[in-house]
Amino acid sequence: MDIGLGHYLTVAAILFVVGVFGIFLNRKNVIIILMSVELILLSVNINLVAFSTHLNDMVGQIFAMFVLTVAAAEAAIGLAILVIYFRNRGTIAVEDINQMKG
Amino acid sequence: MVFNEVIPNLGIALPEIVMAVGALALLMVGVFSTADKAYRLVTNLAAALLLLTAILLITQVGGERQVTFGGMFVSDGFAIFTKILVLIGSGISLLMAERFLKEHNVAKFEYPVLVVLATLGMMAMISANNFLSLYIGLELQSLALYVLASINRDRNRSTEAGLKYFVLGALSSGMLLFGISYIYGFAGSIEFDVLAETLASGEASVGVIVGLVFLIAALAFKISAVPFHMWTPDVYEGAPTPVTAFFASAPKVAALALFVRVMIGAFPDMLHEWQQVVIFISIASMFVGAFLALVQTNIKRLMAYSSIGHVGFALVGLAAGTQEGITALLIYVAIYLTMTLGAFGAILSMRRGDGMVESIHDLAGLSRTNLPMALAIATFMFSLAGIPLLAGFFGKWEVFKAAVNADLVPLAIIGVLTSVVGAFYYLRVIKIMFFDDPAPAFEGGAGRTVSLVIGVTAIVNSPVSFLLISPLTVAAAWAAGSLLY
Repeated sequence: MDIGLGHYLTVAAILFVVGVFGIFLNRKNVIIILMSVELILLSVNINLVAFSTHLNDMVGQIFAMFVLTVAAAEAAIGLAILVIYFRNRGTIAVEDINQMKG
Repeated sequence: MVFNEVIPNLGIALPEIVMAVGALALLMVGVFSTADKAYRLVTNLAAALLLLTAILLITQVGGERQVTFGGMFVSDGFAIFTKILVLIGSGISLLMAERFLKEHNVAKFEYPVLVVLATLGMMAMISANNFLSLYIGLELQSLALYVLASINRDRNRSTEAGLKYFVLGALSSGMLLFGISYIYGFAGSIEFDVLAETLASGEASVGVIVGLVFLIAALAFKISAVPFHMWTPDVYEGAPTPVTAFFASAPKVAALALFVRVMIGAFPDMLHEWQQVVIFISIASMFVGAFLALVQTNIKRLMAYSSIGHVGFALVGLAAGTQEGITALLIYVAIYLTMTLGAFGAILSMRRGDGMVESIHDLAGLSRTNLPMALAIATFMFSLAGIPLLAGFFGKWEVFKAAVNADLVPLAIIGVLTSVVGAFYYLRVIKIMFFDDPAPAFEGGAGRTVSLVIGVTAIVNSPVSFLLISPLTVAAAWAAGSLLY
């Protein structure tokens, strides 16, 4: 069996869905949310590279490079915010992030 | 010849380049000046930099649509108009911040630098003519905004606001990218001009439609439209007030401009596909903005729901999809900018001995303790509600007129009905100010800048706006016309 575009798209779609569910269903730990965000961005990269090969077009691979770079910056900022949050509250459980409601 | 191909025409992007270099220079100035003076110095320089950028933009007024960087960056009337609005929002909210930040021990020179970087990102995304430059501009803006939301790092609420904004913002970026990857794969390009040509038949494959839906969802996140609005009230309440003022003005304008740019620039012939989605989020935003605001007692939260509602009204213009609709949207956004800056100036003036107060009931009897401020707030509230003769009315009038002319009569009717419901909570604030028993008076002055901003925006929103509405209409029509070339 040949592995074609459809297979890559399926894998990427599954990873994307796992990432989204990881953000919304997880009640324990904010770190897991950060991991889920990375998972979403990586699933997009699979899409971009698969399409790039399929279309014989370099743009998708260049785009993937930019996504990787921005993902690194985003993770750095996310962890920094998480650290100052932990210093204030002493917890990073998702269910405790409830100072503001309504 | 070869040289010309390697070096793109930088003149078109000169305002952005000046700003990027200026932001780095500001960082250096901040590092090498003494700690107690750094904030003041860098803020003044940052304001000067924003002004310089605005002047450079104004020199481009009247020019034709130009692209550079291999078609990734576009400069046209639409970009110039919205960029000037963004610069006004950033500059004013930056200057209003000083006293608040000093009192809360967060007057660090990084604040103005982050504001400048966020503004640079907004300008880049307004001028994007390609999904790659769109993404980079959007992320530059978002990353700076996450840090700004949590800039008061010793306070629970500020860090919680930053965390919530970060998680939902990162999710929306992921959805944006997922949508872009599908559009790239099934339409074969990430350039707006090429996409518009490829999809000109109006018949797109399912893959493109799926990508478009993800894209719209992500953009709805950024403009805080329902059903992707849940971060807005928490972030507006938790972030320091000057940061909230900034969030409600510049990024809102930039994200709406981006929404228009993508829909009209890349998918003009798929109007029927995206129009339904835009109509849905517009109606949902107007409803949620009107009804959930009724139960709020925190004025920053109230303004958050108000901004959700106003995004819904602005989207009525986009849903029309005509040049008239885009003109109306631009007029609406410009007027909204003055209303929201004025209202947040007033919120920044709500202080008593023990610090800032944020409850609506702290405004009780303001007409007896501080009549000018009560009148100014009343003007903003009437204008936000869209009472005739005030500026806010013109904006609503224009968008609803555009919707009716585009055969979207039910949308216009729903808009008018929700604005009636919305008027209730704006009028409630006025009732509390003028008819309730006075609460203790606010302590004088949030600084001259804030008073000046409140005064000027109150005059702009008062019936004097009759004089301003026709130049604004001309400018907005020119901007919208350059988009639909």
